[in-house]
Amino acid sequence: MPMDVMTGNSAQAYGAKLARAEVVAAYPITPQTTVVEKLADLVASGEMKSQYIKVESEHSAMAACIAASATGARAYTATAAHGLALMHEMLIWAAGSRLPIVMGNINRAMAPPWSVWADYQDSIAERDTGWMQFYCQNNQEVLDTVIQAYKVAENHDILLPAMVMEDAFYLSHTFEPVDVPPQKDVDDFLPPYDPPIKLDVDNPVGLWALVPPDHYMEFRFKIAKAMEDSRKVIQEVDEEWEKKFGRSHGGLVERYRMEDADAAIIAAGTMSSTARVAVDNMRDKGKKVGLARLRVFRPFPYEEIRQIAKEVDSIGVLDRSYTFGHGGAFYTETAGALYQAPERPHVKNYVIGIGGRDIPPKEIEGILEKVLSKEDGGEVEWWGLRTSGSREVN
Amino acid sequence: MAKLTIPQEELMSSGHIGCLGCGATLAMRYLLKALGKRTMVTIPAGCIAIMSGIYPRSFLKVPLLDVAFETTAASASGIRAALDAKGIKDVYVVGFGGDGGTADIGIQALSGTAERGDNIIYVMYDNEAYMNTGIQRSSATPFGAWTTTTPVGTTGDFKKRPKKNMVEIMVAHDIPYAATASVSYPEDFVKKVQKAKDMDGTKFFHVFSPCPTGWRFSPEMTIQMGVLAYQTTVFPMYEVENGVYRVTKKPAKRKPVTEYLKLQGRFKHLDDETIEIIQKNVDKNWEMLLAKAEFTKKYAE
Repeated sequence: MPMDVMTGNSAQAYGAKLARAEVVAAYPITPQTTVVEKLADLVASGEMKSQYIKVESEHSAMAACIAASATGARAYTATAAHGLALMHEMLIWAAGSRLPIVMGNINRAMAPPWSVWADYQDSIAERDTGWMQFYCQNNQEVLDTVIQAYKVAENHDILLPAMVMEDAFYLSHTFEPVDVPPQKDVDDFLPPYDPPIKLDVDNPVGLWALVPPDHYMEFRFKIAKAMEDSRKVIQEVDEEWEKKFGRSHGGLVERYRMEDADAAIIAAGTMSSTARVAVDNMRDKGKKVGLARLRVFRPFPYEEIRQIAKEVDSIGVLDRSYTFGHGGAFYTETAGALYQAPERPHVKNYVIGIGGRDIPPKEIEGILEKVLSKEDGGEVEWWGLRTSGSREVN
Repeated sequence: MAKLTIPQEELMSSGHIGCLGCGATLAMRYLLKALGKRTMVTIPAGCIAIMSGIYPRSFLKVPLLDVAFETTAASASGIRAALDAKGIKDVYVVGFGGDGGTADIGIQALSGTAERGDNIIYVMYDNEAYMNTGIQRSSATPFGAWTTTTPVGTTGDFKKRPKKNMVEIMVAHDIPYAATASVSYPEDFVKKVQKAKDMDGTKFFHVFSPCPTGWRFSPEMTIQMGVLAYQTTVFPMYEVENGVYRVTKKPAKRKPVTEYLKLQGRFKHLDDETIEIIQKNVDKNWEMLLAKAEFTKKYAE
């Protein structure tokens, strides 16, 4: 199969093009800039038929996407870090409006101090906005997931927006072989956006007026229900993709060498690729370890996590962000899911790679050794700190 | 019998829940009469979002999109982009925000829309304060006014800065059309909207919308308040087409500002000296407007 070679950011842009995004509204921010540049090139060359609004801020980018989507157009944007934070109000608005907008987010650390490197605090901070969150491990997955995300989001039982994450620089600016599927095949997979309700002068409606307490709760319940239902749809869409394009990305949780594993680590994004090498090295030494990659964080795949808990004695959860006050979000969600599980293995949180700090395989091997040993001594450990002394916050 | 110049079709229902004597509701009503039913409207937080009524009701017979406070213009741009993507060309897109939503929190998005030249109509209904939240000062609150955040008190803490001039700010974006209008002069407003609606680009209307609740006057005097604002030239009627200023209505004889100020509770604390400052400022602005009209008329196409 002939492959293109492209960065994760190009893969985002080609994903939006293949999905035939009709409206793009975007604002540049490092390390997302090459997404907006690539989209501009694709529109300027006539390859992509989109209305491209070069807005004056990310807040307006999301506002314009919301209005365009409410008018019945498929909308796309991309951002990172502070851009995502500036959008916060509109992220809640998009989900509350039940609009299937898809957005690339290039995971970058938040300032201060300034950093442009990989870190998940930006998207983890948007956990509660009602957006689905996909974390990609390579550029092929980025392109495929943008298209898959539209299919999930536009399902009339779901109608929720979706973020497609890639790690700053590790994917955004790194070239990898990527298979770009033919437009016709993508068109067969993803039909045009057909919203159940939209702004239409021939059928005028008023959207999102004041709702008193006797109705608001039901609006929120329906979002909750749609997010629950999205688990099944995400799985089905990934399976359909595999049938059509010959590759799956693991649905919600991708398992690696989990057969007969005694211990597992849970990780997301590019560190999963590194973790696979670490798992292989450990397996070569006869140590029974495996990897569960969180591809989807919202909705949280609690059933898959409980299944893993049945299989292993010890779990280490790797977080590339921290929820100040207690643990990384992947850890606290995992621990929360396990409380209701019949089997509760030993679980510990490793906070690692913050602000783009490199994570070589030997670091993950070190974590795997500790996970295997079920070593006590605290729930949360910051791994790889330069400071001497305690790395454990509690 | 005089010929009717304003379309009779009502696209705003009378069942809204605005205050008695609300000027802003008239701005919406006349605007839609001028544009007709192939129009989409987006409104931010503010009085207008409440007037529309509570879910599942809407007070408009055209599509209406409620949006976040600071996003009116960006939302209108998004609607226009979607219509363009669908090949729909015969629909007017309106952003309709208050003075706070426009001159304060929404000015960044509005500036972006105007700079890009997005093909929308933006209407700022100006009731000169944050009225929906209970009369807090905005950048469009005039010099001298009492509001709940410029409460006068014992130290004379009324608004000490003049009103932000939104028409000038929009003219600086080199848009095809910007104009003032008043709910007291519907023919003038409707005529301006009909003149500008098919121009390509961003069109801006600053509509004077007296607020009996916030200005502290009796609700039956709303129209009179707009008339006096015009007659005193506190709020003059003019348009700026491609940079060319034209005064669209000129009072035969300008009345002193006291005739306008004395009817409103929000100005009752003003002493003669402060009123004199207001009069001088109104005089200066009027003279400057006439000078701009005179100076720019040679650029009229």
